[in-house]
Amino acid sequence: MAIKMIRDVIRDTIDAEMARDDSLIMLGEDIVGGNGSAGGPEAIGGIWGTSGGLWAKYGPDRVIDTPISESAIIGAAAGAALTGKRAIAEIMFADFIGVCMDQIWNQVAKFRYMFGGKSRCPITIRMPYGAGFNAAPQHSQVIHQFVTAMPGLKVVMPTTPADAKGLLAQSIRDDDPVIFLEHKALYGVKGEVPDEDYVIPFGNARQVTQGDDITILATGLMVGFAEKAAADLAQDGISCDILDLRTTSPLDEEAILDSVEHTGRLLIVDEAPPRCSLATDLSGLVAQKAFSSLKAPIEMVTAPHSPVPFARELETAYLPSPDKIVAAASRLMSYRKV
Amino acid sequence: MQLSREALLKAYRQMKTIRMFEERLHDEIALGEIAGFTHLYAGQEACAVGVCEHLGPKDYIISTHRGHGHCIAKGCDVIDMMKEIYGSREGLCNGKGGSMHIADVNVGMLGANGIVGAGAPIAVGAGITAKSQGTVSIAFSGDGACNQGTTFEAMNMAVVLKLPVIFVFENNHYSEHTGEAYAVGAESMTARSAAFGMKAIKADGIDFFSVYDAMRELIDYCKAGNGPASIELDCERFYGHFEGDPQRYRGKGELDRIREERDSLKTFRKKVTEAKLLEHADIDAVDAEVTALIDQAVAESKAAARPTAADVTENVYISY
Repeated sequence: MAIKMIRDVIRDTIDAEMARDDSLIMLGEDIVGGNGSAGGPEAIGGIWGTSGGLWAKYGPDRVIDTPISESAIIGAAAGAALTGKRAIAEIMFADFIGVCMDQIWNQVAKFRYMFGGKSRCPITIRMPYGAGFNAAPQHSQVIHQFVTAMPGLKVVMPTTPADAKGLLAQSIRDDDPVIFLEHKALYGVKGEVPDEDYVIPFGNARQVTQGDDITILATGLMVGFAEKAAADLAQDGISCDILDLRTTSPLDEEAILDSVEHTGRLLIVDEAPPRCSLATDLSGLVAQKAFSSLKAPIEMVTAPHSPVPFARELETAYLPSPDKIVAAASRLMSYRKV
Repeated sequence: MQLSREALLKAYRQMKTIRMFEERLHDEIALGEIAGFTHLYAGQEACAVGVCEHLGPKDYIISTHRGHGHCIAKGCDVIDMMKEIYGSREGLCNGKGGSMHIADVNVGMLGANGIVGAGAPIAVGAGITAKSQGTVSIAFSGDGACNQGTTFEAMNMAVVLKLPVIFVFENNHYSEHTGEAYAVGAESMTARSAAFGMKAIKADGIDFFSVYDAMRELIDYCKAGNGPASIELDCERFYGHFEGDPQRYRGKGELDRIREERDSLKTFRKKVTEAKLLEHADIDAVDAEVTALIDQAVAESKAAARPTAADVTENVYISY
């Protein structure tokens, strides 16, 4: 057991998987960095610190620094994966999915299906995402709501170092395309990571806290906010059952429904804007399948229907927060049917 | 390049199979037998066959929405292709893809593609695999896809990574319903390819031998580790953009003229008989063989099993 930061866990897991499987390649912008410059290769080692040393260890045929060409990055990873390789593609900011959406949505996600099940496309698309850095509207967004809606893609959102290891290993070894979302604000989070090799199967939510009064569903950065809120609520004798979904596709419906049937109250925390989102999807699921268990209307704490703003005050107001979660929890607990 | 009698007969058989496959589809679609959008490849046979006669199963191609010719030339099963276009669950893709998505990864055919310009980036990735095993990857594109940014990204990346990728631009002079003279802003697509820093040549896309010889040169060039190359093939589209296209953009007498003067099958027959490499009777025998194959393909497709509602969600993922 070692204490590691998520960014190091990701780098070390890629390293271990590359050592384990010669067919694994990795592509992205500046994942090596410095090529063609006076500083030389590895002057950067990946802007997120998730690929340092890999180029020197595995060489330029496996750790492939690309031009700024998102469509070609995903297309190249897909073409290699269709022809026998296994590929990791890094899109530097999840916001750039707009540039390569066709390759993800119309190509990668559909190959297995439209080729009658006769092809495989083992590709892990890593995308740093999320707000909290005053990076303004085009470098701060979440995109899980789009990719979760797309048949043919699996969507993974780790929140702890131990989960990042097991979920990334599972993603890389999976024979289907996986969107692996890394919250930028979680890269520096430290935690215990088992030394041995392990994978975490998709579709299994993590029980963060156990409680009897409110079910809180969250992903990514929102999980920590929910934990902080739950600690405050505990002071008032309200106990929360927090589930970190870990994967939004596949979804652990069973854990969600079991928890709601136990608590009778549901609070969903989602970093996305409120319309056509993961929050509305989960709300619909519970309304359809656990309606009679509900003691109060479902609460959603989400971003507003706006782009992510730049200024500190604005971004803070935009994001869900522990305080907003506490307020929503209080509404749930004080609800009385009239 | 001197080809053996067997090689000549095989090349002709492939071209004739493509022509008859497409002409038969044209008739069957007119009868209302086939659903959806179909884009016929007739007229461009020498392009697909002139390229693919050099390739083995570990060489890769990716195709376009006008993909039947590439699929046949690369070795996809003709009867299974026809079944796919008829939407049978016995089709090459179980009726899930149809005309625009025929693929057989096992023979190195990475798919026809409904998105114009989507193929070139994928061919770059196949080029990564090809480089590691000493083979080549081919991106077929038309004069429409040559203007897509994805094609530019792919060409640049192939040059940067020195990959054995050949960008084959079949210039049939129409991107859907718009002329090449309008839509290609550069002096020519060949000049533009050269500007990316790759070897770029042209060949006559209705002459099998012109395409075949040019491709030999490019494949040798790429396999020698020189990076990618491009070729522009001047060719003709005998039908519309899609079946049902009234083709109001064609000039008066244009279709009659190209069918008379720019027919790849007539050109092939004339060349090989005048050079006494094959007899007319040899070629007539292939014609009869192919006619029987296409009849069989249509008959089997009409009788083939239909998919059921339970097939809808099969193969979305390998697990869960």
